[in-house]
Amino acid sequence: MAKVVFTTNVQRHVECPQAQAAGATVREVLDNVFAHNPQARGYVLDDQSALRRHMTIFVDGRMIRDRARLGDTVSETSTIYIFQALSGG
Amino acid sequence: MSDKILVSTRKGLFTISRKGGKWDITGVDFLGDNVTLTLTDRRDGRHYAALDHGHFGVKLHRSNSTGWEEIAAPVYPPKPEGYEENDMWGRPLNWSTARIWALAPGGADEPGVIWCGTLPGGLFRSSDHGQSWEMMRTLWEHPKRKQWMGGGADLPGIHSICVDPRNSKRVWIAVSTGGIWFTEDAGASWGQRGKGMRAEHVPPELTHDPIAQDVHCLVQCPAAPHRMWVQHHNGIFVSSDEGGTFSEITGVEPSTFGFAVVVHPREPDTAWFVPEIKDEKRIPREGKLVVTRTRDGGRSFDVLAKGLPQTHAYDLVYRHALGLDETGERLAFGSTTGGVWVSEDQGDSWACVTHTLPPVYAVRFV
Repeated sequence: MAKVVFTTNVQRHVECPQAQAAGATVREVLDNVFAHNPQARGYVLDDQSALRRHMTIFVDGRMIRDRARLGDTVSETSTIYIFQALSGG
Repeated sequence: MSDKILVSTRKGLFTISRKGGKWDITGVDFLGDNVTLTLTDRRDGRHYAALDHGHFGVKLHRSNSTGWEEIAAPVYPPKPEGYEENDMWGRPLNWSTARIWALAPGGADEPGVIWCGTLPGGLFRSSDHGQSWEMMRTLWEHPKRKQWMGGGADLPGIHSICVDPRNSKRVWIAVSTGGIWFTEDAGASWGQRGKGMRAEHVPPELTHDPIAQDVHCLVQCPAAPHRMWVQHHNGIFVSSDEGGTFSEITGVEPSTFGFAVVVHPREPDTAWFVPEIKDEKRIPREGKLVVTRTRDGGRSFDVLAKGLPQTHAYDLVYRHALGLDETGERLAFGSTTGGVWVSEDQGDSWACVTHTLPPVYAVRFV
């Protein structure tokens, strides 16, 4: 299962512990994570379930490209980092 | 009479209280976070606070017996597959709450009902104290909604909500920019209101089109709901027929430009404004911060300056940053440069509570 690590900055607002979740894409992994932590979902994804404008996700060191559908692939051993983008100020 | 004020700022929610005849800061919540608006629901004493976390989005909190708890924020419905809609800049319009810009309680006969206006133009209603929200699809899907445009922000937004105290199904909202809209069936259908307002930022053939109007703030007198006041981008307007038609009030010194307006709860002819040099500058004229007040429906105005800075004051007062208590005696306002002033005599005199807060977005008596 993929490992999911959240920025420490979000922890001030909502608890987002490191998680392990199954899935072949970023979307599938995050859906599984947020199923157990629904409050965190809106901090990372917008109303259309796209990645929030000033958030970034890295999979094994590479920034994802599909910010709307989160279709970037994930392996069993992947590590997914969820960060704030500096563009957000 | 209210002895407590909630001040929403860029860096926290400050409580200002009256003790021993003096107003002072007595508490702060959400320190460091962007608090954009509060609502105190006098039907049950609950407070609501809207936050904008930037990266992490817009959130809503509600008071409880121990402090605050996060509750559901309004969420836009899924955009239909293949549906394309661009904003006025030609960019895809994201159906997602970009700001909570209006919060209003429902009527006395519908406890738990809260209305919420947002950017980019969605209106929401909760019937369970904000635990869940339902979008007013009838308004969002109204064909004319797509003619709404950005005003102070890139995207259009609903900033004013007035629920008829005689009939909770009748609701007015105001949009920047998009004019005034009205429902008399609790949102099942919507129509445009606001004839008589005048927009200078559009071609002559659209000047008086109700949908072109940049209403900055709309208020309704609770004891005389036929009377509505508008602080508009192009001046001050007053209606005596529930917002159907408006008359422009001209010749008010130092200016008719501003963002905020409040109306006395029992005296429909009494209203207050905070004037600024019109849109290209948005600062008090000659560096003198004043409030204007009419007590005769706009025929004459008092310029209220006692206790307010009269040299090198560049305070701008946003549309939600002028508050009035339920008696109509006490007023308070906060500015973009962190000043807060309180009056206990309808604005005749003012006391400065602080001039060191972060930029103030909203001031509300509790």
